[in-house]
Amino acid sequence: MAEKLIVKSSPHIKSPVNTQRIMLDVIIAMVPALLCSVFIFGFRALLLTVVCVFSCVVFEYASRALMKRENTISDLSAVVTGMLLAFNLPVTFPFWIAVIGSFFAIVIVKQLFGGIGQNFVNPAIAARVFLLISFATPMTDWVIPKLTNDGIALVSGATPLPLLAQGKMLMMPPYHYMLFGLRGGCLGETAILALLLGGLYLIVRGVITPTIPVVYLGTVAVLSLLFGVDPIFHLLSGGVVLGAFFMATDYTTSPATERGKVIFALGCGLITMLIRVFGSYPEGASFSILFMNILVPHINNLTRLTPFAAVKAQKKNKAKEGQA
Amino acid sequence: MALFQSKHLSGVHAPHYKNTAELPPVRMPVPGKVYISMQQHMGAPCQPLVKKGDSVKVGQLIGESTAFMSAPVHSSVSGQVVELGEIINVNSSRATCVVVETDGEQTVHESVRPPEVNDTASFLEAVKASGLVGLGGAGFPTFIKLNPKNVDEVDTLVVNGAECEPYITTDFRTMMDDTDNLFTGIALIKKYLTIQNVYIGVEKNKPQAIELLQKRCETLEGYHVVALDDKYPKGAEKVIAYETCGRVIPEGKLPSDVGIIVSNVTSVAFIAKYIKTGMPLIEKNLTVDGSAVAEPKNVTALIGTTYEDVIGFCGGYKSEPKLLIMGGPMMGLSVYSDQYPVVKNNNAVLAFDSVDAENLKETACIRCGRCIRACPYHLMPASFEAAYKAHDLETLKKLKVNLCMECGCCSYICPARRPLVMVNRLSKKLLLAEQKKTGGK
Repeated sequence: MAEKLIVKSSPHIKSPVNTQRIMLDVIIAMVPALLCSVFIFGFRALLLTVVCVFSCVVFEYASRALMKRENTISDLSAVVTGMLLAFNLPVTFPFWIAVIGSFFAIVIVKQLFGGIGQNFVNPAIAARVFLLISFATPMTDWVIPKLTNDGIALVSGATPLPLLAQGKMLMMPPYHYMLFGLRGGCLGETAILALLLGGLYLIVRGVITPTIPVVYLGTVAVLSLLFGVDPIFHLLSGGVVLGAFFMATDYTTSPATERGKVIFALGCGLITMLIRVFGSYPEGASFSILFMNILVPHINNLTRLTPFAAVKAQKKNKAKEGQA
Repeated sequence: MALFQSKHLSGVHAPHYKNTAELPPVRMPVPGKVYISMQQHMGAPCQPLVKKGDSVKVGQLIGESTAFMSAPVHSSVSGQVVELGEIINVNSSRATCVVVETDGEQTVHESVRPPEVNDTASFLEAVKASGLVGLGGAGFPTFIKLNPKNVDEVDTLVVNGAECEPYITTDFRTMMDDTDNLFTGIALIKKYLTIQNVYIGVEKNKPQAIELLQKRCETLEGYHVVALDDKYPKGAEKVIAYETCGRVIPEGKLPSDVGIIVSNVTSVAFIAKYIKTGMPLIEKNLTVDGSAVAEPKNVTALIGTTYEDVIGFCGGYKSEPKLLIMGGPMMGLSVYSDQYPVVKNNNAVLAFDSVDAENLKETACIRCGRCIRACPYHLMPASFEAAYKAHDLETLKKLKVNLCMECGCCSYICPARRPLVMVNRLSKKLLLAEQKKTGGK
């Protein structure tokens, strides 16, 4: 009767959540911010996102094929990288340079180090920093959305953080404008409410734990007070909210334990604020995450968990067998 | 940093699938042949006391060992021994197997009579003679558990009614249908081992059992019913000890070293039954379930009944089975044939026909940390895997892979479908082999 039975190692049931499902959740969480950016910055925001996503997926497929490795585009991680990269670009950014950014993110940062789970820095962040240094002018070619009677008009201008650095306080958008994303900036970073909504979705779905975003944003707020600058302004401007929920929480490039995550997020917040207040760049979110990414292996070593009921190493530990 | 560690031990929210909870066990008819293994417990196998052609009766002692760590085996039927064969146990060890052709009479052996119990020594002697082993699944001989060296320091009994494995409902049925025996058993252990506190741990997914037990405990002094989170694996020995009375059993120590004894509800109820009737452990309640079983139910099966007979009693297979599990889906062992007989520490037989049984495709580790968050013992399974692949014994030792209880939470939760528990088992074997090579240091 019962023939050809499978003999395998337990457990015999598995959680339905796989890598693809996790990445799909991240994509879903980014959709509100994407919709807002299309509404605020126009149709080109969507077009730029599509270019980034498409080129990321193509580069992922091509590099895996070239290296004769298993095709991994179905895990959707390249789509996430593409969306995040687009979110980190100004809406006016030339498409051809965006494709170069995608190449850098997927081929150089991710696949050359072994693909998903092996990259030591976040591909989208690394690509953003690469583009910021190599193509400084298009990367800072901002347009400012202005509310008019006919809807939103785009005029060229500066983002809030440089305005602050130059002391042009009067030209700064009010808080509620910034909350809804009506300010200059990268296309995915401005709509704070949409990003918070997405972040909440990730936490509710168990994709991320709240540790990194809470500690990161908390550090930014506390340090703002300490440095005598406006904490609300610093939370709403630049890319900290996008970074805290979507980029600093990247699995591969953030510490494995909750304690490690606290150290990591504290470092992100500290470096962000140091660059913003004392550095020569107006924004430091991506630099801070990139820098902390590199420290992750060390943080992991420092924050190893103590096993439950473990006996300290100096005592002779005989392997215990036979838990009834 | 206690701030970031929750007071409770972790685990996974595995689905419960307690489909058979409302079905009290149905007694199976006596099968034509039973296959009684001489290895139904942790420890040394028994030597058969019968030979081919002997006639045996119900409750007759047919296997015994002179080793300390062992438990006697009794015949579950009356009939004639037709063969002394060899059986490959599910853990791939081998043991003698007594095959008895039943006569259907179920004549009870003369030795079966209520034991005389009047002090601790006679109580422990009776538990030993009953052939009882831990019925929760591990099969540890109960009389050894109840007879620790430091018996004076033991002040607490933890009764394990967590039943955290999906599908299985036999412990729940014990708590519901056999409540009197359960409390008599607790009282016996309490009396003869001079124990003050009793904690009965039950997962929150069994509210009826919690309510019933709480009602019974109201008038009893020193009895506590603890509702455990329904997060697998609350029924693991160290976990339930910690979650009920806060005691931590350190690495390499026994529960008695921290003053507790942990025992399964069905084992405790059996002690009461044995003291009353003298009938040794010859039958077992089983949950028979799974997608390939026509009529899932709880059954009372005689030890030695084949899985084929058990499933046949439950309407047979409704579809071609692909996976047959002895025990629950989280820690149970898959067997290659339904000719396996029921053993003492068996509490479920599950048969599946579908993709649940196929190995899902393994993908790259994304370092999400889910395995670390899921591990009840705060171990780091992903790091074990890396160290095992690099054959890095030092790291494996340092990260304490030996503490892994193989509950399966890490493998269950892994989104990359990596067989983490299997690697932990292999790592432990590797360390053990290394230890042997270097002279057992």
